[in-house]
Amino acid sequence: MINLLEVNETNQMISQENLDVRTITMGISLLDCIDASTEAVCEKVYRKIRTKAARLVATGQEIEAEFGIPVVNKRISVTPVSLIGGSCCRRAADFVKIAKTLDQAAKDVGVNFIGGYSALVTKGMTPAERLLIESIPEALAATERVCASVNVGSTKSGINMDAVRLMGTVIHQTAEKTKEADSIGCAKLVVFCNAPDDNPFMAGAFHGVTQEDTVIHVGVSGPGVVRHALHVNQDADFESLCETIKKTAFKITRVGQLVAKEASRRLNVPFGIVDLSLAPTPAVGDSVAEILEEIGVEYAGAPGTTAALALLNDQVKKGGIMASSYVGGLSGAFIPLSEDHAMTEAALAGALNLEKLEAMTCVCSVGLDMIAVPGDTKESTISGIIADEMAIGMINQKTTAVRLIPVIGKTVGDTARFGGLLGEAPVIAVNPFSCEKLIARKGTIPAPVHSFKN
Amino acid sequence: MKKIIITVVGLDTVGIIAKVCTYLAEHQINILDISQTIVADYFNMMMIVDMAKADVGFDAMAENLKKAGEEMGLIIRCQREEIFTSMHRI
Repeated sequence: MINLLEVNETNQMISQENLDVRTITMGISLLDCIDASTEAVCEKVYRKIRTKAARLVATGQEIEAEFGIPVVNKRISVTPVSLIGGSCCRRAADFVKIAKTLDQAAKDVGVNFIGGYSALVTKGMTPAERLLIESIPEALAATERVCASVNVGSTKSGINMDAVRLMGTVIHQTAEKTKEADSIGCAKLVVFCNAPDDNPFMAGAFHGVTQEDTVIHVGVSGPGVVRHALHVNQDADFESLCETIKKTAFKITRVGQLVAKEASRRLNVPFGIVDLSLAPTPAVGDSVAEILEEIGVEYAGAPGTTAALALLNDQVKKGGIMASSYVGGLSGAFIPLSEDHAMTEAALAGALNLEKLEAMTCVCSVGLDMIAVPGDTKESTISGIIADEMAIGMINQKTTAVRLIPVIGKTVGDTARFGGLLGEAPVIAVNPFSCEKLIARKGTIPAPVHSFKN
Repeated sequence: MKKIIITVVGLDTVGIIAKVCTYLAEHQINILDISQTIVADYFNMMMIVDMAKADVGFDAMAENLKKAGEEMGLIIRCQREEIFTSMHRI
């Protein structure tokens, strides 16, 4: 039987080390909502979400009360909207109507974000996909809870550089349209390479077409628990350091697995995956960078950071994979600049710059995340940063993403303030040299060779 | 069997166990195991109980015990056993 020490350990993780279930995300297929008129699509989409997710928030609250573990967010991901609107949207404004419908449905069922205003264009774009991408700035400005993502590359098909170029413009326009709120629209827009279709985390969640009609994914999180476990074992060698991280990740993931199964049973919806990402929040003690400091670097970004992060990410996976048979989504350590107070402090101290962040993304999920750059950064430069990150994902067969926020009216030394879970971010410098000629080229970077690995 | 873990934490005082046990007996909740320690005047107790024959629901029990705890300056928490077994048992 369970003993007092075990009960106290679990409850200390919850009450003092910020262990929580970060999100229960319901994936809903909208493929059966396709119709010839935008009005009909909107009506079907609204009805389906209202029906399927009617009890999602209440179920999350019940689980929270009975197990005593906070379930922070309840969210929804839907089929990429470019596929749903392709049959009826003739103008960008038609897609924006669908975005507003998603926003209303999200508000009415009580979820704080709905993801899937997305297009998957790794090889090329259909007219509908181009329209959707062009509608993103307006859609994000006109809605509150809708999240957009665009998959522009993959290991199997290469990088669609026409889409990369377009995304530089779209990100800039999104920033302009939401400049009153420090360009917050860009915080809800992710550019991916190798996007997973079962990701429960925003802003990049969408419900892939290979999934069931409705499915429950869960994202757990406990960077504070890992940090605490390392803190009590200061002089550990690498073997026991890794052992500690694995055991902790196992425990955290088991909670996610339990909650996912329970939510699935209560909602009578199949269980999909547990995403075992270490996802920080701006709260002190809930930070991935604090773990890196605990492993032994003065600030995230100091020499050794990439090695420490590689170790951390790998051990989290090793521990987590034993805890759940269905691990999926992004499943790595998130290193956002704004949502992690110790990352923000590292940037302010001058320890962390864009180039080091890029290096760190080679060894962990997910990419350049929530990074504020000067508002006057050129569109081609944004595209260049995206292209670099996509190349890392394509060559290394991993998911990479870019969530850049060119903060209109602000420059290096200023701070962008987004509030809530998104936190605040110092505006950091971008390499000033040009990549216009590269970005102006048309077409696709071919898929890489899958042999001769070096 | 529907096992619930009840934890009680706070400054030690007379009658903590009596109060919790009385409530459980009144509502047909069977106690399977009790363990407790006192560290630096802090009372720390865990009970494993079975709610299979209980005449109250989980929510009501959790709320009533929480209130009873607050009156005595204690934190009383009820949680389903599975959160602990899933984390600590393979």
